Amino acid sequence: MRLQKNTSLALYSVLEFAGDPDSHISAARIAQKYGVSSHHLAKVLAELARAGVVESVRGAGGGYRFTGNARRLTLMDIIQMFEEFAPPAAERGARHQLTPVDQALGAVLSEIDENAKATFSSITLATMLRLIERQQAGTAPADIPHDHAPTAVPARTTQADTRQLSRRRRIG
Amino acid sequence: MTQELAQQRSGGARAGGSVGAAEALVIRPVQRGDLDQVIAIDATVTGLEKRKYWASVFRRYGAGGHREQQFLVALARGRVVGFVIGEVRDWEFGSPPCGWVFAIDVDPQARLAGVGTRLLEAISAGFRRAGVRKLRTMLARDNTLILSFFRSQGLMAGPLISLEIDLDD
Repeated sequence: MRLQKNTSLALYSVLEFAGDPDSHISAARIAQKYGVSSHHLAKVLAELARAGVVESVRGAGGGYRFTGNARRLTLMDIIQMFEEFAPPAAERGARHQLTPVDQALGAVLSEIDENAKATFSSITLATMLRLIERQQAGTAPADIPHDHAPTAVPARTTQADTRQLSRRRRIG
Repeated sequence: MTQELAQQRSGGARAGGSVGAAEALVIRPVQRGDLDQVIAIDATVTGLEKRKYWASVFRRYGAGGHREQQFLVALARGRVVGFVIGEVRDWEFGSPPCGWVFAIDVDPQARLAGVGTRLLEAISAGFRRAGVRKLRTMLARDNTLILSFFRSQGLMAGPLISLEIDLDD
């Protein structure tokens, strides 16, 4: 799975906002940090705002602020705002047109995609922020959880919730 | 037995005390008298009551007090609100000894209060005392709920890949 540029930019942006949810962060600051044009970033932020993940505040000191729920929103929720996931070839109803090589390659690629989707769907923004903290602290992920700040258990988002949220394109 | 995790779902509500964030939680090894409540939690979550299975699990993991085998329960106000089961396995899949968690569950009424976190911490501490420094688990990739929980605890994908095949008659 290869993420499109807009998707990556959305993930970077959302993590910036979610990491500092009380602040308004300007689009220009994020554009500068990640070396992209403000115009390009504005389209991504507009989509995030439409989905209710961020809100824009106009005027002096304005910018964008995180309005989602970091413990519910997963990486997959963000990715699906910008990318379509094609179903496996076998489910597209054109199996008779596929050669055995197509089908075999499709099975392998589908396996990779399904694992990638499972990974993205299981990682919330809150989990990502902790992962980033650990990276900043220079510590590898713990093999055995140790001195870990207690968090809600299990996570509140169910698959049904996620599907519903994705359908509504309004997450918060 | 690792599939036990895969069967877990968010489940419906059932009569049982919710656990406040500040409420005292006791984590201890399972006792025979806890088994009915463990079976009830599992039945609530999975929709299946597996009494014979749990009796067998209790015989294997609940009795004897081996450091390598752990079956722990979480109690709030004297009531079982969650459990975790795991064991140290040596050189399985070519891997040095590590602690495997193959079942963890929390009463749906008692979730979002840190019960699962406390259970995982307790079994991790037990594994450390048994001399291992790695914890592993395995679950279905569509089990987003439990996957997210383990992710929130810092677990990442390990070096093992599960493979399977349908066996012809």
